[in-house]
Amino acid sequence: MANDTPPRWDRKMQQRLARGEAAALGELYDRFASLVHGLAHRVLDDEEAADSATREVFAHIWENPHTFDPREGPMRSWIADLTQRMATGRLRQLQRSAGPCSPEQAERFEEQVRTAATAARADYIVTSMPSSLRAALELAYFERRDYRQTARTLGVTEDEARRRLRLGLQLLSSAVTQPAMAPPGSGQRP
Amino acid sequence: MSTSPTPPPTPPGPEQPSVPGRSGPSPATGSAEPGPEGELRDHRTLTSLLGAWALAACSQEETAAVETHLTDCAPCAEEALRLRDAVGLLHSEDSLDLDPMLRSRVLEGCLHRRPARIPVPAWVAPYDAETARLDALLRDMAEEEWRAPVQLRWFDGEQQTTRETTVAGVLGHLLAVDGLVAAGIGLPDPLPAAALPADAPTAGPAAASGADPQTRTEIYWSLSGARHHTPAAREPWRQQSHAMIRDVSFLAVDDGSALGDRTAHGRLVSYGNFSLPLRDAFLDRAFECWMHAEDIADAVDYPYGPPGPAHLNLLVDLAARQLPGAIAARRRTGLAPPPHGLAMAGAPGRTLHLEIEGNGGGDWYIPLDSPGARASPESKVAHIALDGVEFCQLAAGHVQPLEAAAGHDGDRQAIKDVLFATASLSRL
Repeated sequence: MANDTPPRWDRKMQQRLARGEAAALGELYDRFASLVHGLAHRVLDDEEAADSATREVFAHIWENPHTFDPREGPMRSWIADLTQRMATGRLRQLQRSAGPCSPEQAERFEEQVRTAATAARADYIVTSMPSSLRAALELAYFERRDYRQTARTLGVTEDEARRRLRLGLQLLSSAVTQPAMAPPGSGQRP
Repeated sequence: MSTSPTPPPTPPGPEQPSVPGRSGPSPATGSAEPGPEGELRDHRTLTSLLGAWALAACSQEETAAVETHLTDCAPCAEEALRLRDAVGLLHSEDSLDLDPMLRSRVLEGCLHRRPARIPVPAWVAPYDAETARLDALLRDMAEEEWRAPVQLRWFDGEQQTTRETTVAGVLGHLLAVDGLVAAGIGLPDPLPAAALPADAPTAGPAAASGADPQTRTEIYWSLSGARHHTPAAREPWRQQSHAMIRDVSFLAVDDGSALGDRTAHGRLVSYGNFSLPLRDAFLDRAFECWMHAEDIADAVDYPYGPPGPAHLNLLVDLAARQLPGAIAARRRTGLAPPPHGLAMAGAPGRTLHLEIEGNGGGDWYIPLDSPGARASPESKVAHIALDGVEFCQLAAGHVQPLEAAAGHDGDRQAIKDVLFATASLSRL
């Protein structure tokens, strides 16, 4: 997937973190801070809470580098998954600290947590998809171009522009169905 | 902060309009390109339009044709709903500007919970922070911004000098000069040996020899070709700076455990026509990285701030420590009048009180008569007060000596000597 670090980089980083190299921690932050902070912000919708979730995620990785298993996927998706779990955990904690609530309120709150988690997964998928798909989605969605204009801007056929828009949305829709930050693309059409 | 576009067309329902003005079945060509007329009923074509339809990025005619199709085709209707929901998940990125000070807070928090076995030495921390800050600025830059013109400015001893380059060229300059420090700790020199003058230093502790920063920069620019203008300039610079931080950390740990006085921070790094202890070389590179990041930020119209107070203090301290030598050098070359009298080394001599205001500031006492003389508050003959960032801008040659926003009183020649010597610390 786009943006993933190569497996060799991941393994090397894990070793360096385990060895207690502060320089490796800095490199880890430089590589993943905007991903972590962005996902935490999507879930928590608050700058300060996102800052503190970012601190928690990096501290967790620094203290437990061995919990990353390179065979299960790239470090980037591991970190995204960890961030989403820690951020939704914090959201639940915030709710509990607000005091007891009725079953309806609890259900409404669970729904909020689910929505926040789905939104975070969607953000992760967008940052992970091939840049050709992302560029097409950005033109059509944020810049309100139709697919013919999108094709011209990207220098591809109209057929290809339609294909990219559809494939991009198919990938994105897996945020609703896939519970973890699996590398998007498993199960989509070529 | 998310951008909400106008909603896409209403969801497919029973009351969809039919395809207007169409008669007869379209030929089952299987053509993926919908023709201007008449081919909009082909299943493959309609399916291929589902993404564009969900994003409201089709023509009216196509929209209507897709919506008609959805009433008859269950698999397409199911996909259409799924893609429509997916559109609702699109958000603009809203964390482009991560607070640059968050990095040190996060790293500190981590190191508090689990101390590093191989720490980054305190004198490398400003370089670590400044390179990370510049890298974050570069991450969000558009391709064409790498070609934006930048005018590098410094003070050549008498007046301000400039050199035109691009944003990418500034990165090349940083890479080429950082390379002196990289080579000094055993990393490969980014400049090929063949391109350097014959007396270029080899890796390892070196006396002053080899190509100076300006020569190295010109050589790198002449070799780097296309990188001069593209984002490709970023990766080699970033890789080298990461490698420098990693290796110097190990070096400091190794030297710390060894006996003797050859500690890591004291190793000499050659800058060609002068040399600096490794500690000061890393502070110097942090200072340069910050100043050139300001140049880049100006060129592309991004906001950029100063380093954190603790780091700013170390950078001011480096410049203040270099002042006595710079004053002496100006006298040797006739740029400044001779001192009032030669002070004996170690003896108290006339002193200037440099007061740096603001976060990261402090008081420095500069010996005026010779670098070896002892400065002391009691022998003060002049006083200069200025803001830490202004002082650094002066030391970078971005501000003219007599135009610096400085308060002063006392011996006028002493004040002039120190202001000019500060500006003379700058170079390309």
